[in-house]
Amino acid sequence: MAHINRENGVAAGRLDPTQVADNFTDLHPEYDGHEALVAADRCYFCHDAPCMTACPTSIDIPLFIRQIATGTPEAAAKTILNQNILGGMCARVCPTETLCEEVCVRETAEGKPVEIGRLQRYATDTLMASNTHPFARADKTGKSVAVVGAGPAGLSCAHRLAMLGHDVVVFEARAKGGGLNEFGIAAYKSTNDFAQRELNWLLSIGGIEIRYGQSLGDGITMGALQSDFDAVFLGMGLSAVNALGMDGEDKDNVSDAVDFISDLRQASDLTALPVGRRVVVIGGGMTAIDAGVQAKLLGAEDVTIVYRRGQEAMAASTFEQELAQQKGVTLICNATPVGVEGNGSLTGVTFAYTETQDGKLVTLDETFTLPADQLFKAIGQKLGDTPDALTLEGGKIKVNDAQRSSVSGVWAGGDCASGGDDLTVTAVAEGRDAAMDIHATLMGAR
Amino acid sequence: MADLTSNFLGISSPNPFWLASAPPTDKEYNVRRAFEAGWGGVVWKTLGAEGPPVVNVNGPRYGAIHGADRRLLGLNNIELITDRPLSVNLEEMTRVKKDYPDHALIASVMVPCEEDAWKEIIPRIAETGCDGFELNFGCPHGMAERGMGSAVGQVPEYIEMVTRWCKAATDLPVIVKLTPNITNILHPAQAAKDGGADAVSLINTINSITSVNLDAMSPEPMIDGKGTHGGYCGPAVKPIALNMVAEIARNPGTHGLPISGIGGVTTWRDAAEFMALGAGNVQVCTAAMTYGFKVVQEMISGLSQWMDEQGYNSIDEIVGRAVPNVTDWQYLNLNHVTKARISQEDCIKCGRCFAACEDTSHQAITMSEDRVFDVKDDECVACNLCVNVCPVEGCITMETIAPGAMDERTGKPVADEYANWTTHPNNPSATAAE
Repeated sequence: MAHINRENGVAAGRLDPTQVADNFTDLHPEYDGHEALVAADRCYFCHDAPCMTACPTSIDIPLFIRQIATGTPEAAAKTILNQNILGGMCARVCPTETLCEEVCVRETAEGKPVEIGRLQRYATDTLMASNTHPFARADKTGKSVAVVGAGPAGLSCAHRLAMLGHDVVVFEARAKGGGLNEFGIAAYKSTNDFAQRELNWLLSIGGIEIRYGQSLGDGITMGALQSDFDAVFLGMGLSAVNALGMDGEDKDNVSDAVDFISDLRQASDLTALPVGRRVVVIGGGMTAIDAGVQAKLLGAEDVTIVYRRGQEAMAASTFEQELAQQKGVTLICNATPVGVEGNGSLTGVTFAYTETQDGKLVTLDETFTLPADQLFKAIGQKLGDTPDALTLEGGKIKVNDAQRSSVSGVWAGGDCASGGDDLTVTAVAEGRDAAMDIHATLMGAR
Repeated sequence: MADLTSNFLGISSPNPFWLASAPPTDKEYNVRRAFEAGWGGVVWKTLGAEGPPVVNVNGPRYGAIHGADRRLLGLNNIELITDRPLSVNLEEMTRVKKDYPDHALIASVMVPCEEDAWKEIIPRIAETGCDGFELNFGCPHGMAERGMGSAVGQVPEYIEMVTRWCKAATDLPVIVKLTPNITNILHPAQAAKDGGADAVSLINTINSITSVNLDAMSPEPMIDGKGTHGGYCGPAVKPIALNMVAEIARNPGTHGLPISGIGGVTTWRDAAEFMALGAGNVQVCTAAMTYGFKVVQEMISGLSQWMDEQGYNSIDEIVGRAVPNVTDWQYLNLNHVTKARISQEDCIKCGRCFAACEDTSHQAITMSEDRVFDVKDDECVACNLCVNVCPVEGCITMETIAPGAMDERTGKPVADEYANWTTHPNNPSATAAE
């Protein structure tokens, strides 16, 4: 019988190391060659395929699956990476159940789509294991571009620019690159240090320099970048988080879910990471699920995710909700926090039920209190301080279809920019598209 | 319940499913187990002349092609006739026949094209108690290089000659197994009939190279860097076999000659199709080699259920039932008009019908923004390609346009009367109707 630490409060080592290691293995284990062939066989090679249309990066999915089926996974990888240089990570973290796999005709036919995500991973992993990079740099253009943020958007933009022959300098606030691939995202979706391996592989194209520990307003300014480089791409993501705005939010063991996820991803020993016996997560998106599930996997006895609206309104996909429930996480919907309990340390969270009346969310009088040793807030992230010159839209940097900001010579993409869902794959698409427009602009100007 | 008892050439067997002469029937162990599993009869693996037996290669003997999910669609082999001593085979056949008197046991034979060789071996084999003979004029590899197998089957005069020798040497039924590696199956079939054959069995395997090893640059199966053509069989050859069976069944000269149908029989339905086209029974090999002897249980239950549903009481009622409907192209009714119909309820919106029609056919399918696929009756020639490429069975069907209704493609009403190419005005040699 595995050791279980039922101590109240927030404590490390709730489960023994074997159990923890087992809990954090790959959510979708990689295919072996046989499994990949069997899965690839199910693809119908649809005309103008719905999966391809649903993919934010427009990967030619029927083609790459056919390339796997015919024994050329490396060619399949090139088809993928040509559209999405972070195809390896997207294969792991994309909510395929709401993108390509949702519209797969075999989902329509049999309720069981072709497993596009896992096939994509098989192709990209095969290529990366061969230690080759399928793209070569074009002749040098003599132009240089500054990229702010080494997350999915910035890396995608940087890679495409380098490939086109430009020199790129990436400015990254943290000590490591990868953005949310490295610091966000549940650990069981990106195992074996994949984010760093993918980053290093991406950089092997050459022409990209990353300068760590620098962000806008801390070591660099947009004005300086504009004068030192031919173009600037902003892809710094959302560095601030929303607050509950209620008393008690500053109590011990009340924290932001993104910090917990980041700490977990960076922890060298997960059994040393403290977690509450009874954990409450407030929110309804992927971050809430990632925090709740991982708390449970670390050994929290009770984990409850509380969302203020109905379950159908949750930003987390049905698959993610079911994953949470399968792991033993309780979902409570239509409840909003009204009080953080405890003297100094957290002892519970009080919620009031809600209901939608005439399209408006109304807080009802009836309340309940969940005992809690730890509270994670996952109620959204927002843009940090940005240069005044940039026009914002809906709290994000306003961009046009070509990812151009309101400032000439400055492009933006990813979570910090307007438009698109806050997904890795969307960030990659925006970074890539910005790079193409930057290239056209720089080369047209010559 | 339908009676599946087969009485092919007077040889009784519990059902019309025989195992063909091939590796599964090479020895007593296999044949006993096959009978126990439910097979109605076996054609024992081809026996050769007395003396040192043939030898086989010691590398791979089979090559294959696969469909989706690595389903075996076609198999080829370079194995020769039995490589066990004649006496051993005969002893085993004797024992098996004694223990299974109600099952069919046929001896396949292949000896050099010399009268004495056949006249000597046939009576000797008959002593086993076997129910009949099958003359192997079909194997296209190895033995053909030595003047046997298909080397005989490709020369009608030899077929007739050897058949005559064998008929003179025994009172038991003689089946002549035909090779498909010819230009017109009617000539060898006629020769067998002229030689006195009681039946023909077909098809034997088709000359083939299944694949090329692109690293070694050698055909597969590869023996020490080289390959040779082998005999192709399995589901992929069924259409070729069905046509040859039908040709023999409907040709006036060979009509009525009993046929044992062979070639890709994998399910009860395949067997029913062979029999509908004139085969009195079927022989199976690849299906057993792929799935084991147990597959016969599905063949038995399926055929039985279908016969019950159709009201057929015995095998004889099925045999040849579709033969009158096999005709020449020139007699097909050109006034019969059909149009493709897509069931929107069943459509899964893969668009393969659209791609096939738009890129390679008649641009008769439209695709809307929201992926609704419709047939343009004014362009549809009813080619059936959309039906064939659709992954959902029954989603696309062909609707017959009733006489009198407008054919949107021609702008003319569909004629009621039958009219074929022989009377068509575009046919230079048409005989005028009036």
